[in-house]
Amino acid sequence: MSTAALHGLLAEFDSAAQLLAAVRALRAAAGHLVLEAYAPFPVEGLTAALGERTDRVPLAMLLGALGGGLGTFALECYAAVFDYPLNIGGRPPFSWPAFIPPALEMTLLGAAVLGVLAMLAASGLPRLRHPLFAVAAFERASSDRFFLLVRAAARGFDEAAVRALLEELPALAVIAVPA
Amino acid sequence: MQAPAQAALRATGGRLWRGGVLLALGLTLLLVWGVAVLLARGVGIWGLDIPVAWGFAITNYVWWIGIGMGGTFISAALYLARAPWRAALSRYAEAMTVFAVSVSGIFPILHLGRPWFFYWLFPYPNIMSVWPQWRSSLEWDFFAILAYLLVSVLYFYVGLLPDLATLRDAAGSGARARCYGLLALGWRGDAHHWRRFETLSLLLAGLAVPLVFSVHSMVALDFSEGLAPGWHSTVFPPFFVAGALFSGFAMVLALGIPMRRVLSLQAYITPRHLANMAKLMLAVGLVVDYSYAAELFTAFYSMDRYEIALALRRMTGAYAWVYWSTIFCNVLLIQLLWWPRVRASAGALFCISVGVLIGMWLERFMLIVTTLYQDYLPSSWGMFYPTFWDLAFLAGSLGLFFLLYLLLVRCVPVVSLFELRRLRAQRSAP
Repeated sequence: MSTAALHGLLAEFDSAAQLLAAVRALRAAAGHLVLEAYAPFPVEGLTAALGERTDRVPLAMLLGALGGGLGTFALECYAAVFDYPLNIGGRPPFSWPAFIPPALEMTLLGAAVLGVLAMLAASGLPRLRHPLFAVAAFERASSDRFFLLVRAAARGFDEAAVRALLEELPALAVIAVPA
Repeated sequence: MQAPAQAALRATGGRLWRGGVLLALGLTLLLVWGVAVLLARGVGIWGLDIPVAWGFAITNYVWWIGIGMGGTFISAALYLARAPWRAALSRYAEAMTVFAVSVSGIFPILHLGRPWFFYWLFPYPNIMSVWPQWRSSLEWDFFAILAYLLVSVLYFYVGLLPDLATLRDAAGSGARARCYGLLALGWRGDAHHWRRFETLSLLLAGLAVPLVFSVHSMVALDFSEGLAPGWHSTVFPPFFVAGALFSGFAMVLALGIPMRRVLSLQAYITPRHLANMAKLMLAVGLVVDYSYAAELFTAFYSMDRYEIALALRRMTGAYAWVYWSTIFCNVLLIQLLWWPRVRASAGALFCISVGVLIGMWLERFMLIVTTLYQDYLPSSWGMFYPTFWDLAFLAGSLGLFFLLYLLLVRCVPVVSLFELRRLRAQRSAP
């Protein structure tokens, strides 16, 4: 199989500790390689070992909260003060304390919706097809196996050399993933 | 690890499950029939009249949305408190929330009189050039239910994604794998995806707790914004939140105890879980009891003759049996939970939880009807008598809730698989 048709080389591990050690070893030995790690549950320290990326979920949630809350409050003001002022019990048109409850609820809703959308978008989900789904052994990535993928697209990727590196690790198997 | 996944992948659900689905389906059809009759003939098919214009429908609404609160609180507050034992309870508690809130939302809409115009509550530029009345707690309530329903659906679904991926991979190929594959949205367990997933779960839990408190406070404001004795009180929002959590914890126990037996989940939902839930239920129950005492005290301390008359009427009037049944279920019965032997017995806990659920329904009925049936003007006093349709809608809402719940336990793991995996890995690590 030529490198052009290769998505990457996949190493299978039995435990989270082995995966973590393998990521650290590969980063130290060959820092130019692009690594991806897969686990059936969140493994502490794994993203730090891979190289932390900026997590934009909190920012998206802040924007959602501000947009939902201020947007609702502005809509209430526009409707109750300018477009359709109603005399309710003699209260002034701009009776802002009464506008807080819907604005509060929409603050929470806006944060939740944008948070979920940001989590999916940043992770490239939803995704129907992925080269890894074609690998039979990868089915256990969602139950009890841990995987390390070395991407073939990276500069300086040499299949034979990377395979040799992976086989030095306590991997159960090293699998070539077609693109 | 296998039992929860297998329960979801097994070809048939067993005789008990099928019987339960048939019964729930029957009751749901009764609800559907009731809705059709209601749309044709109006809310007069219920026992509503003047002065008691809020009867079973609003009682059911408050009861169901309160049950939902308990599920969110267990999942989110215990997540924030980093209580690892919550892992076994969170999934079905969240599902219970989604279904209870969905069922509860039916009632205020049907109660509108012309339910097909319910979207007038939503602020949108319309041909009538009018806007909703923003200063009304009924309008706030609409936003509260809307936000709560959507957030609890998102919270439930996001937490389910990794387990849907597990089901997709365990189902092999075929229609079932394709279905789970679509629902799993391509989840692969990438380390960076997990990181974002964790951030989002933490922040959603952080949002869900204030959401629970704010939503049920809005429900309470529906009453305390009204100028009627027994309603017009600042104690209502915290009192209602405590009551909501109380009934929600009771429902978590009442659902969990039979479920762990039928689905053989005793290894996941352990006696320790049940005992912890019982302690939570007792703690929040005592807050509810304190509110009952505070309500009575305030009535007499106010020296307001209408407040005092209402307090006495609740205890001695036509609906006194509702009041004393409430006191029996929500004050006396739960005192049994002080004994460790009671907390260790699944049967006793089940009976007490059902008692609390009944007590909380009666409490809402008491709050609504005893205030309305005798107001300031004796010439307009009147009684409320439920009709067949009142009972049919209550039974039908239970049927719909259990139908949704029974279908869910066949489709997804009722225990969060990935959280149990993590717990096991942490415990076996040196």
